Amino acid sequence: MSIGEPLPRPDGRDKVTGRARYAADQEVAGLLHAALVGAPTPSGTVTAIDGREALATAGVARVLTAADMPRFGPVAPPSAVSKLPMQDGTIRHEGQPVAIVLAETLEAAECGAGLVRLTIEPAPFRPQGGGEVAVPPGIYGPVTFTKGDPDAAFLAAEHQHIAEYRQPSRHHNPMEPSATIAVWEGENLTLYDSVQHGYSVQAIVAAALNIRPERVRVISPHTGGGFGAKGFVWPHEILTAAAARVARRPVKLALSRAQMYANVGFQPNMVHRMALGAGRNGRLTAIKHEVEHVTALSDDFVEMATAASRGTYASPAIFTAQKVERANVNMPTAMRAPWEGPGLWGLESAIDELAHAVGQDPLDFRLANYAETDPATGKPWSSKKLREAYEEGARLFGWRERAGRPKRDGPWTLGFGMATCSMGAFRFPSQAQVRIKADGSVTVETGCHDIGTGTLTIFPQIAADVLGLPPDKVELIMGDTRLPQGGPTYGSSSTMGVGASVLRAAENARELLGRLANLPAGEVVMKDGRIGRRGGLGAGVPIGDALRTAGVGEVVGKGRFTLPGDAPFNADGEGTPHTIRTFGAVFIEVGVDCELGLLRLRRAVGSYSAGRVINPRTARAQMTGGIIWGWGMAAMEASPYEKKLGRWLSKNLAGVAIPVNADIAGDIQIHFVDEFDPHASPLGAKGIGELGATGVAAAVASAVFDATGKRIRELPITPGKLV
Amino acid sequence: MNTFEYLRPATIAEAVAAAAEPGAAYLAAGTNLVDLMKGGISHPTRLVDINRLPGLDRLEHLPDGGVRIGALVRNADLAHDPVFARRFPAIAEALLSGASAQLRNAATVGGNLMQRTRCAYFYDVASACNKRAPGAGCDARGGENRLHAVLGWSESCIATHPSDFCVPLVALDAVVEIEGRAGRREVALESFHQLPGNTPERDSVLGPGELIVAVRLPPAAAKFAAHARYLKVRDRTSYAFAVVSAAAALEVDGGRIAEARLALGGVAARPWRARAAEKVLAGTRPEAATLRRAAEAALAQARPSGENAFKIELARRIVARALALAAAGTPERVPALPASPFASVAGAAVHA
Repeated sequence: MSIGEPLPRPDGRDKVTGRARYAADQEVAGLLHAALVGAPTPSGTVTAIDGREALATAGVARVLTAADMPRFGPVAPPSAVSKLPMQDGTIRHEGQPVAIVLAETLEAAECGAGLVRLTIEPAPFRPQGGGEVAVPPGIYGPVTFTKGDPDAAFLAAEHQHIAEYRQPSRHHNPMEPSATIAVWEGENLTLYDSVQHGYSVQAIVAAALNIRPERVRVISPHTGGGFGAKGFVWPHEILTAAAARVARRPVKLALSRAQMYANVGFQPNMVHRMALGAGRNGRLTAIKHEVEHVTALSDDFVEMATAASRGTYASPAIFTAQKVERANVNMPTAMRAPWEGPGLWGLESAIDELAHAVGQDPLDFRLANYAETDPATGKPWSSKKLREAYEEGARLFGWRERAGRPKRDGPWTLGFGMATCSMGAFRFPSQAQVRIKADGSVTVETGCHDIGTGTLTIFPQIAADVLGLPPDKVELIMGDTRLPQGGPTYGSSSTMGVGASVLRAAENARELLGRLANLPAGEVVMKDGRIGRRGGLGAGVPIGDALRTAGVGEVVGKGRFTLPGDAPFNADGEGTPHTIRTFGAVFIEVGVDCELGLLRLRRAVGSYSAGRVINPRTARAQMTGGIIWGWGMAAMEASPYEKKLGRWLSKNLAGVAIPVNADIAGDIQIHFVDEFDPHASPLGAKGIGELGATGVAAAVASAVFDATGKRIRELPITPGKLV
Repeated sequence: MNTFEYLRPATIAEAVAAAAEPGAAYLAAGTNLVDLMKGGISHPTRLVDINRLPGLDRLEHLPDGGVRIGALVRNADLAHDPVFARRFPAIAEALLSGASAQLRNAATVGGNLMQRTRCAYFYDVASACNKRAPGAGCDARGGENRLHAVLGWSESCIATHPSDFCVPLVALDAVVEIEGRAGRREVALESFHQLPGNTPERDSVLGPGELIVAVRLPPAAAKFAAHARYLKVRDRTSYAFAVVSAAAALEVDGGRIAEARLALGGVAARPWRARAAEKVLAGTRPEAATLRRAAEAALAQARPSGENAFKIELARRIVARALALAAAGTPERVPALPASPFASVAGAAVHA
């Protein structure tokens, strides 16, 4: 059994020694370096582009403008935007590419980009915070939801709580900025790309360039963090492919850190308008949650934060609604954790305040309103052990004993807070194959990605478990659209989808090998590199012998994970008898210096009900990372936006704080409830990559309230808000 | 191509002559200048690399009890010099509270004085900035100015000087030794950085070609060693510039403050010496009410330049805290998290 073992990452050494090669590290002969010229204004029309000075720069080969670009075919999701740049002179947001300089060196390209002269007819713009408010059409279903009579229930409630909770726009800031290398060979295009789903790039680039998808190959060796920024397909990927075609040379474009602010997405600012009603006994009678956030002018991105309020607590009446504010900003996108990540900031903050108003312990209040079934649909859960997660989390943290703990430690005033964590379940179909060769080597092949979450560790682990091999004898080959189509590496979906297809492929390979060894189907067992009959005598035969005896070089097992109706996507088990979610609770201890406005994370306990854990070590790392991510959201992260200029202001990591080592408490405990969810995937596992980031900000604000008596309803909780 | 001349003179005289030309800039570690060049904020046509100039990397404890710090002494070397850190603990603490270990290993004493503001508008070349482009205007006024100046600012510029190191230096009467074409001159660090007025493009009093060769502390600066702290409030626990900071140095005699030194960081275009507060403290016992009165005096002239009124009260509070901690006595070792108001001493695992 290797599933369940805390195996270390096989890729760890390569990552920390710089040996891992990322998209922009690929060596391609004869390539041109590209530098984008971004629109300097958030609105208007480019009426002329003078590239003469740029072209006069040594090494500059081309200055491409809209006139040089092919007319792109129509694109739709998973293209991040529907209106692609460099098709006309229209400027929709600051930083939008309006020209591309191609040069023999990166230095020449960047220099040339600075010398391109733009003539722009400016136009009035709508800034973030001053856009046009609208009710958007939903991409993933209706954006409003009503159960019961929420207005009447709220008005009749003994205890009412109304408040607004705010959060700023934030960028993903992965370590590796997005980068693409495009190489054409005749009509065939190869893209080396930094992505979370190569098949999306294949489909969208093909659609934009009016070529057949099979002519596009996307290779993504490693991705240096994504967090959603590399989930959808962004215009720069299409532009790079088009530029290479126009220039008839391979082209490499690596976005600068500054360009990451406006050329890929961000999590939009949000206001949560919460109204909760509860009876005298503390049972919820109404949940109302409305969210409004910024989106681009051209497309409505909807951050479905209100999903949190449909699925977390039992309530006879629920109302949720979403609005967007259309402005001259680049397109927002999903960011770890989408939906419930922001949603539980609003809901759990309001729940905490209502619990205090009712006079109940925040944990008891949550237990009293425990959702035994899906509050929105009434369907049973595929699995839910949140009660156990609450209980064990509370025990590990000492939640019930906190009243007896000192409220001061030297100059620190201490505060304790908790919140529920939850995520929906995004599932995608996936295919994989497992190849066993006569030399004993085993490869798992699936077009998924390594974004640092542990796919390189757990997929070989799953195959090794089936094949009775040490996991280090199994290699994962991934990140190439020529491989069997793996599911995407976003939405906490990989373990369920890709993992299940790997499981099935390994089982199929075992079966095929068994057939070669004349073993009865269903009775084949593999152990220690040998294959034999279940309960049979002896140790069986070595794998290599079985293949050689049969005169076969290899067997290739194939596996598939499919969704009901062969759908390309399934949210939360929709259309099945069960609702699938993950759950948990996070307990936080903060120290506050009320005088100086300083806030420190001292201790955290995360306790989760999230299905079967494939690898406790990488799972723990995921949850720890999620809590740190949540701490960043709670305590410091914000992307400053310049309203007068209509642009992001600090497009770097100097003006935008994200947590550093010193911000992270050494004492972060992670616990998983023992659980197997047979409905989410045959592995029994569910997704965990985003769950850990949910609930944290609300738990922190609750702890700050406990310490200071101040309710902070706007993130991040910086010193100015505490003094 | 953005070309520039690169010179590596052998002597200070050659360096000064080379840098006197218009468009020239000195290059030491380049921890700020290279970023400014990459970002298109600075466009020197000539870089005069002073890293190999002889004699500028020495730390000299002078016979009179003062200390002379060569302009090329690296931040980390200075902070970790055991004699220096014992005699000037607040300076060591300030140095170690700035930047990252990697940057401190490279950054120089002279470069620390010469670093530019971290105002986001200064770095965003699409914004109007009088410091970057005189006469262009100031988009920080009425913009994102939570961290901007509350003292000494003008309508043309509300940027702050970002240095930690300079704050205790100013408190301790440091003097800047400057070499120019006309020979050597000395300027009190307190007067070295200029308030913006109508010429925010001028950060300091340096004229063309003038080179900082050393920073000197007078003998009296060492008498505060037993009661000196540097404290800093920042948006995260480490690797961040100050929202506000304070250096407090006291000479305590029989329970009374014989002499007090106080300076603030993050509040103005220069490290801000608070002499009025020092007067309030002289001869008093370091009791809470007195410290608060001193803090009030230190910020008496303060006014918000935007959405930053909170910094004024925060500055008062960090002044009072710095004074209180200084009065309590310099810790035996620099705290594990330097400049944290409650950091434990090095080696203790407690989170600061």
